[in-house]
Amino acid sequence: MAAKVLLKNDHIEGIRYYDTYRKHGGYEAAEKALKMAQADIVEEVKKSGLRGRGGAGFPTGMKWSFLAKPDGVPRHLVCNADESEPGTFKDRYLMEFHPHILIEGLLISSFALGSNATYIYIRGEYAWIVNILEEAIDEAKKAGWLGKNIQGTGFDCEIYVHRGAGAYICGEETALIESLEGKRGNPRMKPPFPAIQGLWMRPTVVNNVETLAAVVPIINMGGEEYAKIGVGRSTGSKLLSVCGNVNKPGVYEIDMTISVEEFIYSDEYCGGIPNGKRLKACIPGGSSVPIVPANLLFKTAKGETRYMNYESLSDGGFATGTMMGSGGFIVLDEDQCIVRHTMTLARFYNHESCGQCSPCREGTGWMYKILKNIEGGKGKMSDIGLLWDIQRRIEGNTICPLGDAAAWPVAAAIRHFRDEFEWHVNNPEESQRRNYGLAHYADPIHVPASA
Amino acid sequence: MIKFSEERLKKVHEIIARYPEGKQKSALIPILHMAQDDFGGWLDAPTMDYVAEILQIKPIEVYEVATFYSMFNTKPVGKYLLEVCRTGPCMLNGSDDIIDYIKEKLDIREGETTADGLFTLKPAECLGACGYAPMMQLGEHFKEHLTKEKVDTLIAELRAKAKN
Repeated sequence: MAAKVLLKNDHIEGIRYYDTYRKHGGYEAAEKALKMAQADIVEEVKKSGLRGRGGAGFPTGMKWSFLAKPDGVPRHLVCNADESEPGTFKDRYLMEFHPHILIEGLLISSFALGSNATYIYIRGEYAWIVNILEEAIDEAKKAGWLGKNIQGTGFDCEIYVHRGAGAYICGEETALIESLEGKRGNPRMKPPFPAIQGLWMRPTVVNNVETLAAVVPIINMGGEEYAKIGVGRSTGSKLLSVCGNVNKPGVYEIDMTISVEEFIYSDEYCGGIPNGKRLKACIPGGSSVPIVPANLLFKTAKGETRYMNYESLSDGGFATGTMMGSGGFIVLDEDQCIVRHTMTLARFYNHESCGQCSPCREGTGWMYKILKNIEGGKGKMSDIGLLWDIQRRIEGNTICPLGDAAAWPVAAAIRHFRDEFEWHVNNPEESQRRNYGLAHYADPIHVPASA
Repeated sequence: MIKFSEERLKKVHEIIARYPEGKQKSALIPILHMAQDDFGGWLDAPTMDYVAEILQIKPIEVYEVATFYSMFNTKPVGKYLLEVCRTGPCMLNGSDDIIDYIKEKLDIREGETTADGLFTLKPAECLGACGYAPMMQLGEHFKEHLTKEKVDTLIAELRAKAKN
């Protein structure tokens, strides 16, 4: 089902501006929260079951409860708006068209965590959105929702927008903190975790844009009610950004109970694949999660319907499943070349590796070169095994998850599409003229009767 | 000798004030953006030294940051920097054709600047516009749903703008 939570006012003209937002129930959650005890707000977020919407899916309430509160040391909330995972552009949509729900969520969260100076770290390329956010902050400040002694509570809070300068790695929370301190975005070793020593070595919580915006409906409806949306541990609504070969790319809000098949073919969402083409593969949660062929997308390996939620998408583990990730939903039709697509992702991760850990710095470049060779008709059969070997040696051997993020797409492509790679190696000339096509990737998978 | 205008200096100090006392280095990236905008679209050593002086940090602290982030140009670029995304989602929607078309049209290779100094072509990695692909970043704006015709119009407009 379509959920109308974060984007419930999407159709209202001028919702970007304070007066309109306020008229449609905006800042009512803030009014309510400012009268609550700080610990009670954290409790509501815990009850909501909200999980980090940046990609990792870590429970937000639990992350908040880790925040150290030593006497006399300022604490900070930082909003991660560095959205850079290929396929992901949902935070952009929220900030561009609904800036006040983020500002309201930031105010409530800052109050709950005791942050008097809160920063929005936004990717440098979203330059025009900086202006939209700053305008919204000014409006909120004029209306008494930011600044000193907010609504007579004695609580002070300023929100500042901090623009990055083009580095995927800064979406990793410790790299983001380094960058916010004016340094290169090299991730830090953990522990200490940011909750103990983060920005300027002060206790810090870093949350994604969508996560912080979701605090508004959680306070409005109460954590328990919010948790009723969705299913199991996939509570609440989720924003998905859809791209690739679909009729209706864009941002959609779902309640995580719909099937993947409905999501792709329903006119309410992706609207199917253009020009009557057939589905070949899909990366449902941003470029770093495993790509799956069509025959593992709509049904799990056990033959059960696959749904758009954390648990169902990851059913079968990496062998036959994938991940919800950031919600960057990339669809590939039958004419797409898996080798070429994987090569562009390998190039991306090579470009974005910070260079700190050698498995990632060297491995991402090596994988890109090999994939470029195979794609260009210059590959050897042994290259496929070599690629597998390199990705395996990167995974788990780096300070931050960029290494894993670079390894997984390559591993999944070989796992499920090995014969397409082999075809490239065996047919170097033909592979320059045409693509491998759909082959058997949509054929039903035989499910053993006992399963 | 380069120097921010009075008005821009005011903005610089406003940015520095967003961070706690003694943590002025946090303002480095925002101020480098301003310097790049104001002083010719790229960061040469004197510009970076000037920023170091404003923030009372060592020049090397500025150099290491300027060379890390892809939006900072440490070499001269044309008046208009065409940054065309070529990562997966854009590739699926024909970004390679757009890049090839621009190369042919402007008679430059990737990373090069046209002889008149107007255009630099820089292939970019994912810019967060995957649903509106293919796309390019031009200054502070995105140009989305690109076609060859749109590229023609855009380049003609920029040429006309540069003449005025």
